[in-house]
Amino acid sequence: MEQIFDILAAIFLVIGGFFGFVGSFGLLKLGDPMSRLHAPTKATTLGVGGVLIASLLHSFGAEGYVSVHELLITLFLFLTAPITALFIAKAHIHRHGDDYELPPTGGDASWAVLSDSEEEPVKTD
Amino acid sequence: MIDYALYFAFACFGSALLMNLWKIVTAHGVGDRVLALDTMVVNSIAILVLMGIFQGTEVFFEATMIIAMLGFVSTVAFARFMLRGNIIE
Repeated sequence: MEQIFDILAAIFLVIGGFFGFVGSFGLLKLGDPMSRLHAPTKATTLGVGGVLIASLLHSFGAEGYVSVHELLITLFLFLTAPITALFIAKAHIHRHGDDYELPPTGGDASWAVLSDSEEEPVKTD
Repeated sequence: MIDYALYFAFACFGSALLMNLWKIVTAHGVGDRVLALDTMVVNSIAILVLMGIFQGTEVFFEATMIIAMLGFVSTVAFARFMLRGNIIE
């Protein structure tokens, strides 16, 4: 029984290590800044998720109890990684958005990132 | 068997950290540097979890949690600094 959890943890470790490597390699290799955002935010998050699942399986197989720490860290990482990606993309559009044409939104309104900065602040007194 | 998988994962994430460091040194804009720093935080979380499996202890989980929170807050602060020029107005 312990052997099965060992093999599963090893498989998840290899998958996680591969995706972590791919994420950082894509950060070096991709050309455009906006496409460079894809590799670290998706592939690296998947790699860390694989490592955390492997740690969960290993602690369950070796010590025989379910550890909640890994689930907590996984949840936190999967919540915060899209937010940081959005913030970096927003900063990039605001700083370098004039350098190239943004794709059309398909409606009358412009991109939400660009439109909300021109609104009047709501006064409450 | 799990030892060899651990060595493989250590090699992968270690070289990933080195590539992030190289990207921080040679990046063209400040946005790329912030992105590489954020990736470095995530990779160091993976290294710490691997260290916890390798030594069979649970002391690294608190450190991992603190690094995850600090990395998120620092990336948001960096992005805000890029946008506005200051953090707390």
